[in-house]
Amino acid sequence: MAIPKALVLRTAGTNCDRETEYALTQAGFEAERIHVARLIENPAAIANFQFMVIPGGFSYGDDVAAGKILANQILHHLGDAVNEFISNDKLVLGICNGFQVMIKAGLLPWANVSPDQANRDATLAWNDCGKFEDRWIHLRCDSDKCVFLPKGEIIALPIAHGEGKFVPRDDAVMQRLLDGDQAALRYVDAEGNPGSYPVNPNGSIDDIAGICDPSGRLMGLMPHPERFIEVTHHPQWTRGNVQKADGMIMFQRAFEYLK
Amino acid sequence: MIYRVEIRSKNSFGDPHADMVHHQIGELGMESVIGVRSARLFFLIGQLTEVDAERIADELLTDPVIEEYSVGSSGQPEDAALIEVHLKAGVMDPVAASAVKAVTDMGLPIEGIRTARRYELLGDVNDEQKRKVAVKLLANAVIEDMYFEDHTPLEMSAHSYDFEVIEVPIRDLDDEALMKLSVDGDMFLNITEMKAIQDYFKSLGREARDVELEMIAQTWSEHCGHKTFRSDVVVRNNAGEIVEEIPNLLKNTVFGSTNELNKPWCLNVFEDNAGVIEFDETHAVCFKVETHNHPSAIEPYGGAATGIGGVVRDPMGTGLGASPVANTDVFCFGPTDMPLDDVPKGVLHPRRVMRRVVAGVRDYGNRMGIPTVNGAVYFDKRYLGNPLVYCGTIGMLPADKCTKRQPAPGDAIICVGGRTGRDGIHGATFSSGELTHEHETEFSHAVQIGNAITEKKVLDTIMQARDLDLYSSITDCGAGGLSSAVGEMGEQIGAEVHIDRVPLKYDGLTYSEIWISEAQERMVLAVPPENVERILKIFADEDVDATVIGTYGTENRKLRLFYDSTEVLELDMEFLHDGLPRPTKEAIYEKVDTPSPTPPQRDDYTQTLLNILASPNVASKEWIIRQYDHEVQGGSVIKPLVGVTEDGPGDAAVVRPVLESSKGVVISCGMNPHLGDLDPYQSALHAVDEALRNSIAVGGNLERTAILDNFCWGNCNKPDRMGTFVQAAKACYDAAMAYQTPFVSGKDSLNNEFQTDTGETIAIPSTLLISAMSVVDDAAKCVTADAKEAGNSMFLLGETSGKLGGSHYLLVEGLETGNDVPEVDPTANRKLMLTLQKAIEDGIVRSCHDLSEGGLAAAAAEMAFSGGMGVELQLDNNTTASEQAQLFGEDAGRFLVEVTAENRDAFAEAVKDLPAAEIGKVTDTGQVVIRGDSGTLINTPIEAAKEAWQGTFDW
Repeated sequence: MAIPKALVLRTAGTNCDRETEYALTQAGFEAERIHVARLIENPAAIANFQFMVIPGGFSYGDDVAAGKILANQILHHLGDAVNEFISNDKLVLGICNGFQVMIKAGLLPWANVSPDQANRDATLAWNDCGKFEDRWIHLRCDSDKCVFLPKGEIIALPIAHGEGKFVPRDDAVMQRLLDGDQAALRYVDAEGNPGSYPVNPNGSIDDIAGICDPSGRLMGLMPHPERFIEVTHHPQWTRGNVQKADGMIMFQRAFEYLK
Repeated sequence: MIYRVEIRSKNSFGDPHADMVHHQIGELGMESVIGVRSARLFFLIGQLTEVDAERIADELLTDPVIEEYSVGSSGQPEDAALIEVHLKAGVMDPVAASAVKAVTDMGLPIEGIRTARRYELLGDVNDEQKRKVAVKLLANAVIEDMYFEDHTPLEMSAHSYDFEVIEVPIRDLDDEALMKLSVDGDMFLNITEMKAIQDYFKSLGREARDVELEMIAQTWSEHCGHKTFRSDVVVRNNAGEIVEEIPNLLKNTVFGSTNELNKPWCLNVFEDNAGVIEFDETHAVCFKVETHNHPSAIEPYGGAATGIGGVVRDPMGTGLGASPVANTDVFCFGPTDMPLDDVPKGVLHPRRVMRRVVAGVRDYGNRMGIPTVNGAVYFDKRYLGNPLVYCGTIGMLPADKCTKRQPAPGDAIICVGGRTGRDGIHGATFSSGELTHEHETEFSHAVQIGNAITEKKVLDTIMQARDLDLYSSITDCGAGGLSSAVGEMGEQIGAEVHIDRVPLKYDGLTYSEIWISEAQERMVLAVPPENVERILKIFADEDVDATVIGTYGTENRKLRLFYDSTEVLELDMEFLHDGLPRPTKEAIYEKVDTPSPTPPQRDDYTQTLLNILASPNVASKEWIIRQYDHEVQGGSVIKPLVGVTEDGPGDAAVVRPVLESSKGVVISCGMNPHLGDLDPYQSALHAVDEALRNSIAVGGNLERTAILDNFCWGNCNKPDRMGTFVQAAKACYDAAMAYQTPFVSGKDSLNNEFQTDTGETIAIPSTLLISAMSVVDDAAKCVTADAKEAGNSMFLLGETSGKLGGSHYLLVEGLETGNDVPEVDPTANRKLMLTLQKAIEDGIVRSCHDLSEGGLAAAAAEMAFSGGMGVELQLDNNTTASEQAQLFGEDAGRFLVEVTAENRDAFAEAVKDLPAAEIGKVTDTGQVVIRGDSGTLINTPIEAAKEAWQGTFDW
């Protein structure tokens, strides 16, 4: 079988692309980091890949709003290529800034990249605490259809962001997400129960840390799976109670799906 | 045409930024403000229609889910006091730059964008209060204008520049006139130096040109030349008798030890922008720590941000270019609880300085994608007018590219990265002078504003060019700008530069300003002619400015500068770099022993412990640490916060810079300005010991540890300051030799003094920061300080002398301290550290914490509450040290170690030749209990200890 190819999309201010590429290769992918300007020169190139990952960072410094300017480039220069890509049973994963980009480009929640509809139904707003925070949190995988996550499991991952508060436009949008089984990942405590700050570190509505599109093949999340692919990544590994690296699951499941 | 766009949160959603401003207004003690509304302002400039403006606002600038916009001004609110804060024209505005790019992507004709912030204060607010909020909280006059009505800027009109070579007569000046020239020109040079310059131009048979004087002043500045450290010193005692004469202080202290130790794994030391040591067969690791004190005093956010931005460029400009993998930051501030009205004129409140400095480091480091993993914060009222901001960067580079190559004659000089503006003009000379209360205005042009993303783009592209071997040499544009960078690179062969080719942020700069500007995010490369086209494409492909501005190599080592092909500068490299007269410095030092008074005996010291844990230097810095991304790049092994709830103190950070490798780099630091006041020699030994202690405590390898020195001192033209400086420098030599840890890089920042409007001069405490990096083979063998299991044994390693001079115990008890600082025995401590290091490598240490501020009691409490465990310890009853000294003494070279029952005997055997004792156990009671002969001296629940430790900076 051919080894699935993963595209790690980078641009000015992307800064988690190398460790994301490393995690992908650890999972079995053939991974390549490509600058958005190269794709804009040749949008067809995206068709050579089965998996597109938009990694974390501060694309264009998060100027104007997090992920907004890269999303704007995708909307105005790569719309057709990306819509074509996602209609072909391929996968897209947005991590942290990548999640912000997917929301603002319309890849999430409805898998529709078009300038006048993107970013209308949901957004990632400033954390309630008003500042950037780096901390480890627990998450519950809540979706049956999400390709990347095992429903029911509770995992630990680090977050590191200032704009990660998930906000749907209104209750109707929220209901549609729930009905579509798209609320894939929620902030919980170690026992799996919801809680206030810092259990929910940014004030996300309904504790949502990540969502998928109606197909379950496109996902965005604020936490960083690529930062927990070794036991020694966990802040408590020296206590001897960390058995597995939860972040690896997402890359492995993507690989299983595509291989 | 200009369109004004206002963007604000929908009422149904909160506005965290407005809330934070409201919170900080409360801290100013202004209850009358009952709420704050804020808005982001964009001014769109260009041939746009109303429809275009609406579309830009709707699709790009506004988040339609939570925000709403209006085009045009909402005017003066009826129910609130209005403050608008606008960036001054010409000040770097990254948001505006990105927005212009995005509007262009939308296919609309935009010429420029400006941004501003609008605040509406609700409640009963009078003009004076409004002004106070604006000045103290919202705007910094150095870079921003504030308006109390709605303001729309005029279209930017570029100033033109009429080129004219400016000649400065110098040959016939007398001493007085020479000094006037030095002062009026902000040259900060003394008469000997000015005379040397005069003689040089006499020998040339012509007068000087302005840019030539600027360049010499810069090259010879304290900041670039380190002339104090390189000078010969005469040391006298209080009676004025000469006790010692030291030629070239630096060479005979810090450098000296490195040369004598001559470690084969030291690959590139002191010569380059950062010190380089071996990591593995194919990689080398480098470390540089810089200070950015004066700019941070004036504009804390920009000063700190460019401090990080600047030090990140040092590794990038080391060897043939290193990639940054970790940052460190150490700050010294005035007391943050100081009443607003006690703050002297021309000084920002320490709380604001701290908030803004942290924000600056956070925003630049996080955006660059470099984890900030280690640091410290120290407080003293003498830092009020002169805060210290140390920033460090660790970088990785290929082993075969870790030394600098000389540019070859004919190599193109390529300037890469940020455009050049007036930012930071006179930064180098400025940081070499004393601050006065007028500096806030006088030197505002020395303030630099950074753009992290520009630097990230430069990094991304330079690494590609490095790996393709497209350039022969590289250096960063730091203090002194192009003048220093090209001057240093061309030192051996000369250089010719066409200054009018340098890309500018805006018109109107003189050739002189372009040459000495310290605009950020710039690197200079020497590129062989055949590679120029390829390298320019790499930069162009990722939208990075890169311009050929000249060539290296001239006849007889000259530096020539042209503007519109008219020569404006011609200097001999030899004079520039070797012409600086090396003065002899006067130093006075004599230690007169004054023992500390015996502190009162008590039967319970629990409250003392809590006070120490809550004292600013000891208290948790979680508020700062959480705002830094300390895990980006995926190499994090030991984090700055550890323990069962991930909020306990980490002694040192460990990162794996090469993801495929198990090898790690341990990063730690040590400093103690408080001891510096009492005994500068012992203080420096303590600083080195603490940096090494912290490293060893997590599993560092002493035999592969390199250290860095950063001296921040007062004005060393004053013999007493020079006296303590010499003591500390000598201690650095002795420590390096005894621990066998070579210095590989260092920097000094002198003249850290502040003159108040009442004419009083305040010098900072003599502050030596020691930073350490250690390479370990298996990062997975490292340990943390949090107590692990009930029943484990606790061992205390190291001698306790009984001396309390300079201890935090005396500090929090408000007791006078003598200068009886505990003496450090580096040789004994090295032996102990090597033994402990082996035990950790052998896996028989469950947890380990070093003893520092607050001594045994503080260390025990920190281990306990970090692990969610109790501890029960028994003090030694056959020692001369008092109970207070055993509890709180701050002797160096001591550790508290947790060992499991099964490894207890093995560990006891390992340390049998050391001062070591099993002093208690880890318990499951959740109580910190320490007993002496007279009974229980400390007994507190860990919750109380942790609360005290966390409460101080719970911002």
